[in-house]
Amino acid sequence: MKTLLKGGRVINPATGLDQVMDVLIEDNVIAAMESNILAARADEVIELKETQWVTPGLVDVHVHFRDPGNPDKETTATGAASALAGGFTTVCVMPNTSPVIDSTPMVQYIMNAAQPTGIQIFPIAAVTRGLEGEEMTAIGTLLQNGAVGFSDDGRPVSSANMMRKALEYSKMFDVPIVCHAEDCTLCGNGVMHEGYYSTLLGLPGIPSVAESVMVARDIELARFTGGRVHFAHVSSKESVALIRQAKAEGLNITAETTPHYLSLTDACCQGYDPDFKMNGPLRAESDQKALIDAVMDGTIDVIATDHAPHTPDEKAMAFDCAPNGVIGLETSLGVMLTHFYHTKRLQPLDLIKIMSSRPAEIFKLKASGNLAVGQRADIAVIDPNLEWQVDPAQFKSKSRNTPFKGQTLKGRAVMTFANGRCLYRLEASPQETALAAGRSF
Amino acid sequence: MASHPPLPGSGSWNRRHVIDSASLTYEEVEEVLRAAKSFSHILSRPVKKIPTLRGKVVVNMFYENSTRTRTSFELAAQYLSADAINFSVSTSSVKKGESLIDTAETLAAMGTDAVVIRHASSGVCQQLVNYFGDRICVLNAGDGYHDHPTQGLLDLFSLTERLSDIKGKKITIVGDILHSRVARSNIHLLKLFGADVHLAAPSTLLPMHIESLGCTAHTNIEDALDGADVVMCLRMQMERQRAGLIPALREYIRFYSITQERLEKFCKPDVLVMHPGPMNRGVEIASDVADNREISLITNQVTSGVAIRMALLYLCLSTPAERSGLERFQANLNERMLAV
Repeated sequence: MKTLLKGGRVINPATGLDQVMDVLIEDNVIAAMESNILAARADEVIELKETQWVTPGLVDVHVHFRDPGNPDKETTATGAASALAGGFTTVCVMPNTSPVIDSTPMVQYIMNAAQPTGIQIFPIAAVTRGLEGEEMTAIGTLLQNGAVGFSDDGRPVSSANMMRKALEYSKMFDVPIVCHAEDCTLCGNGVMHEGYYSTLLGLPGIPSVAESVMVARDIELARFTGGRVHFAHVSSKESVALIRQAKAEGLNITAETTPHYLSLTDACCQGYDPDFKMNGPLRAESDQKALIDAVMDGTIDVIATDHAPHTPDEKAMAFDCAPNGVIGLETSLGVMLTHFYHTKRLQPLDLIKIMSSRPAEIFKLKASGNLAVGQRADIAVIDPNLEWQVDPAQFKSKSRNTPFKGQTLKGRAVMTFANGRCLYRLEASPQETALAAGRSF
Repeated sequence: MASHPPLPGSGSWNRRHVIDSASLTYEEVEEVLRAAKSFSHILSRPVKKIPTLRGKVVVNMFYENSTRTRTSFELAAQYLSADAINFSVSTSSVKKGESLIDTAETLAAMGTDAVVIRHASSGVCQQLVNYFGDRICVLNAGDGYHDHPTQGLLDLFSLTERLSDIKGKKITIVGDILHSRVARSNIHLLKLFGADVHLAAPSTLLPMHIESLGCTAHTNIEDALDGADVVMCLRMQMERQRAGLIPALREYIRFYSITQERLEKFCKPDVLVMHPGPMNRGVEIASDVADNREISLITNQVTSGVAIRMALLYLCLSTPAERSGLERFQANLNERMLAV
């Protein structure tokens, strides 16, 4: 099977390529990338506009697919479908499942569950057994079985000594420890950012320092051990400042933030809707600004969604009782295009970089985040100008807990190829057809 | 026979719910106070019942323990001839928040007109209104640390009964501001009426950015009480010591307890003292202060509470047309009573 993507704007940050050209997919690999590839060489020709982007399939290094343990929230199949609908072809799943991904059989379970989905799914395995923070997992063995990073995500590694040992040990394998930076004693019973709105709403607060104090600790441990730390879902300006400083000093540190921290603030909690509740929490406008600057100057390396599905019943609780987390795979690209491309904060190459090649580089995902002849054909076709309204009922994810419901976003993936096959194609709804018609003609 | 002022009719009230203090306008609060004034006369009658809400059903859903607020709402409904039912939920048997929507849905299906809710979680009243819209009238009887609008209104009413004008008066709220819905409610309403609101608490019990609500926060009780016209004490809960927010109750008493000596030394000579109850005598307030009828408004607050809750039930459960009809009816009744 040969598919020709004709006439799109090919954006490949790994090589700095940004020009209109054709891409020929042959079976599961990219066979050619040239201008004017003859249509006769392909079985199927997909005509694209010059305004449509052809990019590496996007990479999200921080998702929760709840497999095994909570198929009512998400499964590997629904999670993968959600990823594809968002333009993602590679995801890293977090180990806080039930049971925890902390052993070879569990890592193999994830690798096997990934097989039928068509996308690349890699486990981030636990740093400590059962996420208990006490005994280190078999980092080397789990790595050989397919894990690409280690984290007790959902919980911090509370013991500084445990974190030191994990960093020293993982350094031998040059693999990152993904740090969920949170000092639980400072969070207490907090459920939202501690600031003006928590005071107004009478909700217990999570102070910014609960995150930054842990970021500071782990920067010092990275300095001391020479290990690799990747900070997950950075939410506060204080953490940003610490990370910027540490990077300037040349430490082996990387960081991610989420689309929701970049586009929403704690003011969103005013209606007490638990779909705005996550940990770390939505923070103040000054934090949002600092994070935007950090994405623009490269302090933040990666956009990751922290896709965290919960059932509507679980979220239909009092704000302080509802579980933490929001889903993000199907809105991530739209939010980033709306807030970074259309506002001219980032060039297309830089935007696609932090959503594909850079995360692939950090987690050494060799078959992801690059368009090249001979490379596995994981490709997203993006219409950056397509306006659409977020309707959770349309999601491929099994859950609906998005803070973006009802928002109009500009730009999304319209086709997603994984391993050479087109596994997602946007069906234009009547409303979208009307919107598109109104715009173009 | 004494007549009482006619019930208010053609005001600006157009609300189905009272879920917070911050969104109430000056005109709306004035209307509540006017209605409460009318109803307070009924409370001193030998027969404390008027037919205004006959046939309406009010359910008290209390997910947190409360004696006075629940009783006050219950009496308010009964004095207006509404049927009042208590739906008490022991916090031990129902996991917080779990079945709130289901419970309210059940009550709505049974034809309930209004639910009065007390809940440990901030925001549940808002969530219920988000879910039910105008299908059922929701009155907030205290949610988490968020708001307690009927308490704020009854405090304001008690003050307007005693002071000619609240504008410019220095009103100092003393105690655990961090965990107090009463404080938040009072800050909003007292500011709306032009009071100069001050707070006094140890810094561990002052929430972040509290001054953004338009008040002045102090850690020093002397500054906070200096020239105060009114002092409101808040209940100091024992568990704050266990949570490490204050080192010891004794130390709190030493620095913040409202004693006769402190009042005389720092406040205006005609200072008034308030407390939302229940009091910890000898902790946040000295017994002799609480019992001093000259300065203490504490029992007035309780009476005001019934009048305010009657006013809110009346305003939320009737339409403006019904209210102006009632107003005429009441005026006729008064005339006839005078004629007799």
